[in-house]
Amino acid sequence: MTMVYEKSKGLTDVPFHYCPGCTHGVIHKLVAETLVELGVLEDAIGVAPVGCSVLAYKYFNCDMQEAAHGRAPAVATGIKRVHPENVVFTYQGDGDLASIGTAEIVHAAHRGEKFTTIFVNNAIYGMTGGQMAPTTLIGQKTTTSPLGRTVEHSGMPIRMSEMLATIDGAKFVERVSVDTPANIRKAKKAIKRAFECQIQGKGFAIVEVLSTCPTNWGYTPVKALGWLQENMIPYYPLGNFRDFEEDK
Amino acid sequence: MSKVLMKGNEAVGAAAIKAGCRYFFGYPITPSSEIPEYMSKALPEVGGVFLQAESEVAAINMVYGAGGAGARVMTGSSSPGISLKQEGITYAAGAEIPCVIVNMMRGGPGLGSIQPGQADYYQSTRGGGNGDYRTLCYAPASIQETVDYVMLAFDKADEYRNPVLICADGMIGQMMEAVEFKENLNKNLPAKDWATTGTKGKREKNIVNSLFLEAELCEDHNIRLEKKYKLMEENEVLYEAFGLEDADVVCVAYGTTSRIVKTAIKLAAAKGIKVGIIRPITLWPYPYAIYKDINPNCKGILGVEMSQGQIMDDIKIGIEGRMPVYFHGRTGGMVPTPAGILAEIEKIAGGTK
Repeated sequence: MTMVYEKSKGLTDVPFHYCPGCTHGVIHKLVAETLVELGVLEDAIGVAPVGCSVLAYKYFNCDMQEAAHGRAPAVATGIKRVHPENVVFTYQGDGDLASIGTAEIVHAAHRGEKFTTIFVNNAIYGMTGGQMAPTTLIGQKTTTSPLGRTVEHSGMPIRMSEMLATIDGAKFVERVSVDTPANIRKAKKAIKRAFECQIQGKGFAIVEVLSTCPTNWGYTPVKALGWLQENMIPYYPLGNFRDFEEDK
Repeated sequence: MSKVLMKGNEAVGAAAIKAGCRYFFGYPITPSSEIPEYMSKALPEVGGVFLQAESEVAAINMVYGAGGAGARVMTGSSSPGISLKQEGITYAAGAEIPCVIVNMMRGGPGLGSIQPGQADYYQSTRGGGNGDYRTLCYAPASIQETVDYVMLAFDKADEYRNPVLICADGMIGQMMEAVEFKENLNKNLPAKDWATTGTKGKREKNIVNSLFLEAELCEDHNIRLEKKYKLMEENEVLYEAFGLEDADVVCVAYGTTSRIVKTAIKLAAAKGIKVGIIRPITLWPYPYAIYKDINPNCKGILGVEMSQGQIMDDIKIGIEGRMPVYFHGRTGGMVPTPAGILAEIEKIAGGTK
C-alpha cells in the first residue's frame, strides 16, 4: 500500500481542542509541515499566545514557551537573543497581537528581531466568547458590539500587515487566507518564506492568516468561509507587502 | 582581591556579570538607570547581550523568554517600573523560571518621587502579581551586601527555579562604597534540563508554561510550588540582630534605614537606654523566629522604614502581641534622621504608650 498522506511529524498526537470548522488546525499543520520540510523542527522553539491557540504549546512537536497575553514577541526576543542559532516563532491571534500586544510586535519588528510570527486574524475574540477585536469589521456584531461595530465608537479595523510593512526591520510581511485549497497552498508558501527570512538572518518576518470563527460568528463552517471571502478579504487584501529580496 | 569603589547601581551590574549573568533586559528609570547603562557597556565585553526594551512589561517578558531558554538573566528598575513588571514576575513564578529582578525603591504611590523609599515592602513580600506565589527577597544595607546578595540571588534562583528580588532603596543605588567581589559560590546546582533549547532530536519536547486549564492540576501545581516556598522559609531566612536579650527597646529596620537606626542606637546608649536591633536581610522569608530572643521586659518594638509602616504587619506577627509596637518613618522620598529615631526610642523607654 502506498502512503499518500501522513500527519506532520511537526505536530504531537494531542487532539486539537478547536471548534468544528475553525481554521487554526489547518494553520497549525502548515507551520508544522514547514518546520519539518526546512529541517529545523529539532532546533525550533515556539511561543504560544493567550487566546484560542493558547494550547498550541501542546500541539507543536518542538520546545515551546507559553507567554502572557500579547507578550509573545518579547518572550521570543529573549529566547532568540539567548539562542541565535535556533529557529524561534510566535503563534498569535488578533486580540493578542493587534490589541494587547501591539507595543511588543511593533518593537520586535522595529528591532528586526530574527524570529517568525504567525498572526491568525479571525476578526473576533474567540476564547473569551466572541467579543469585539481591533480587527472586527464595521457593522460586525459581537458580544461587546451587540449592535455592530461603528467607526464613531471604535474606529476602523486595524490593518496590522500594512502597518508593520512600513517598519524597516520587518523584512517579510504577507497576508494570506486559508479559505480555499489554492489559498492554503499560497499560505504554506508564505509561511515557508517567513521562516527562510529568519534562517537567512534577514530580520523580522510575519504572515497574517485570515481565519474563520464559525462558533462566534454564528455561521456553519461553510458559510463562515463564504463570510471571510465576502467581507474580510475586501478589507484585508491578500498579498505580499514586503519581501527580503527587495532589500538587496 | 582588592577593594574597588563603586556606585550601587554599577555594582549590581558587576556582581551579576561575576555571577554568570549574560543577559539584561531593561528600561531607564531614576534612580536605577545606571544599571542598564553599566550593562550596555559591560555585557558585550563578556559576550553577553544588553537590550533596552520598549517598556518595563516587554523587558520582564524578555527575561521570561531568556530565563526559560536556560540563561542567567536579570532586569532592574525602580518602583513604578517594578509595578509594570508584576505580570512577568507572576508568570515566571508560575512557570518556574529562574531570574533576578532588582528594585531600587523610590517614593510612591504612583509616579511618587525619585528619592529613596521602602514603600514597596507589601508589593515585594506579599506578591505584587496575581496568584499563590512567593519570591525570595534580599534587602542589602551596603554596596558590599548588594554585591554579595546579587550574586547569591542567581544561585538561589537556579536552585529553586524561582524569580528572586533584590529590594534596595534608591540610596543604595546612588551611593558609592568600597566593595570586594568574592568568588562565585555556584554550588552544585540542578541542570536546566527543563529549558527550551531545541530538542536536537535527543529528548522529548520541553514546555515552559504557567497554564493549567483543569482546576485539579492547577491546584496540584500550587501545592507543589508551596512545598518549594516552605523549603525557602526553612532554609533561606537571613538577618542581623544584636542586643535583644537585655533591650529596653528593639528597633526593626532594613536597608539604608537600618544604618541610620544603628547611629540612633549609639546615641541612645550614651543616654543609658539599651536598644537592640533586628535587621531582616531577607524580607521574605521573614525572620519571625528571632523575636523569641527579645527581653520579655522590653518596653516596645519600634519599626523604622521609609514608608508609612508597611513592615509593621511582620513585626506584629513576629512579636505575637507580647509587647507594644510603634512605628517611626519618613515617606515619599524623605529619609529618617538619627535624632528623629532617638526621640521615638526615648518616648518608648520612658513608658509612653
